[in-house]
Amino acid sequence: MSKRMRDLFEEARASGRKLFIPYITAGYPRMEDTVPLLLAAQEGGADVIEIGVPFTDPLADGATIQHANTVALANGITLSGCFQLVREARNRGLTCPVVFMGYYNPILSRGEERAAAEAKAAGADGFIVVDLPPEEAGSFIAACRQNDLSFVPLVAPTSRDERIDVLAQVADAWMYCVSVTGTTGSKAVDSGGDLGAFIARIRRHTDLPLTVGFGISTRAHAASVWKVADAAAVGTAIIAAIDAAPADQRAQRVREFVEDVSGR
Amino acid sequence: MAVEAALSSRFGEFGGRYIPETLVAAHEDLEAAYNEARRDPEFQRELDDLLRHYVGRKTPLYFAERLTRECGGARIWLKREDLAHTGAHKINNALGQALLARRLGKQRIIAETGAGQHGVATATVCAMLDLECVVYMGSEDIKRQSLNAFRMKMLGATLVSVESGSKTLKDAINEAMRDWVTNVETTHYIIGSAIGPHPFPTIVRDFQSVIGNEARAQMLEQAGKLPDVAIACVGGGSNAIGLFHPFIDDPVRLIGVEAGGSGVGTGKHSATLVAGRPGVLHGTKTYLLQDADGQILETHSISAGLDYPGVGPEHSWLKTSERAEYVAVDDQQALEGFQALTRSEGIIPALEPSHAIYHAMNVARSLPANQDVLVGLSGRGDKDMHTVAAALGVTL
Repeated sequence: MSKRMRDLFEEARASGRKLFIPYITAGYPRMEDTVPLLLAAQEGGADVIEIGVPFTDPLADGATIQHANTVALANGITLSGCFQLVREARNRGLTCPVVFMGYYNPILSRGEERAAAEAKAAGADGFIVVDLPPEEAGSFIAACRQNDLSFVPLVAPTSRDERIDVLAQVADAWMYCVSVTGTTGSKAVDSGGDLGAFIARIRRHTDLPLTVGFGISTRAHAASVWKVADAAAVGTAIIAAIDAAPADQRAQRVREFVEDVSGR
Repeated sequence: MAVEAALSSRFGEFGGRYIPETLVAAHEDLEAAYNEARRDPEFQRELDDLLRHYVGRKTPLYFAERLTRECGGARIWLKREDLAHTGAHKINNALGQALLARRLGKQRIIAETGAGQHGVATATVCAMLDLECVVYMGSEDIKRQSLNAFRMKMLGATLVSVESGSKTLKDAINEAMRDWVTNVETTHYIIGSAIGPHPFPTIVRDFQSVIGNEARAQMLEQAGKLPDVAIACVGGGSNAIGLFHPFIDDPVRLIGVEAGGSGVGTGKHSATLVAGRPGVLHGTKTYLLQDADGQILETHSISAGLDYPGVGPEHSWLKTSERAEYVAVDDQQALEGFQALTRSEGIIPALEPSHAIYHAMNVARSLPANQDVLVGLSGRGDKDMHTVAAALGVTL
């Protein structure tokens, strides 16, 4: 785990503060939008930012993020292009931890060790790889550890107890709890019993911070997540906010959206 | 039991299970159910009974005498999967998996389809077993295969037109996976080829191995010997792996024929094993057509059923272990194969096996008359009449 990430979680734990984690697709809607959007998200109160690494076949994503992937690829984004955008954002004042979220093949194609080393050099803090369960992730987890990067496993409502143990063992920073069985942005989280029971079930297996994502779009959703978990992640709603904004106001709208949902 | 009965998840370095966490439990359940089913005599009995009385197996092995004479070399034999119910080999797998789904207690079936043959086969068995059926098909393929699209609707299936990406098979699989991630508790996904995450490549291969098992016995009976060469077309590769697998330990040359599209040099093709490199797509490590950044390339073939940028992981292993050879046949050559078989034998093949026919004719020409070439004739060509007419410049 990076020092940035460890410091954040220690501070949050000590103060009891809940965290907000927005998601931005790299290279969308234009390549030159990404760095200002990252900085705007930070200004709005993001504690960690997930940077979506576009892939041609994002099979766990709903229509909004699929579309963002397609447009970003048409703009010429690549994995090393994502690294370059983080490097640039760091140079321009981005200080919060960033994790890349995407699919395995671009990483495999780059070479696992090389991808991890380049991510580290660019100033990233970890990876969430949607289609890389622990059974297939041994060598990539090792490459991440070697570079002080966190490998963040996903846990789903369908994950069985013995499985959650396995997932908790490969996590070193936090776990990403998928709030619904579905694709990103598909339906709102159930702020009632289901989510609470799901998080409680995971909590029996780990003390690590738990982030809830998929299906969170409003302040009320985030607040219901914070009642039971440590952090709320929002993706589709941010992409939708970017889509709704005039080209010269995208950064401003993202800042406002993050301020609004995070309550900062 | 799980450890003792576990199927191998890999074919050499290929295969595996690269899936979103939401689907892990469903794959574990499927693997366990399949392990039980394949040892359960009652399951086998029901499957065999339906294969015989419903599908019409065994399918004939036909000696193509006129085509053999025209080529002037080795004898050409056709394994007639075009005569199976619904007109292609796809029903072997659809039936087996639908029986598995029933065992899993799942009443809703989803499937993807390219040429429409797997969609039709799945819709057919769902009608027969009274299961709900939703089929995902790229809008481009619906245009190319409107007859099959209509057949599925007649059979009671819900057909979903997929507009993302290249609007073909790959995108239909993405969309079916998204449905599955959402409805996994109630739904079984009948993958149509020997692709996807473990245990699908093994399950599909086992259900399709009926092709090779029958053909092997029929060759011994009708030709008095094993074939010297076995040839089949490869998109995802289910009919090919079904034909090849029972011959793996025999001294039989195995040749998979991929879609060369407009030519492998043009970039507009689907020849994954000929021109690709290993990667991970749709839950499995296998050869892929991809760019330098690991993004999946759009493919092209005159046959919708071969229009796929990946291939079953067992074929990747057969290639790297050099047990099988893989070649590409382009659109034009496939049309030649199509016409040659139609005119010489009165058998109208689908465009997919037309690729294999073309290559088999070349191989037969290069071999002496006392050798035997076995070709997987995976489906019939009714569905392709519009495409063939357009390619030949004829307006219907």
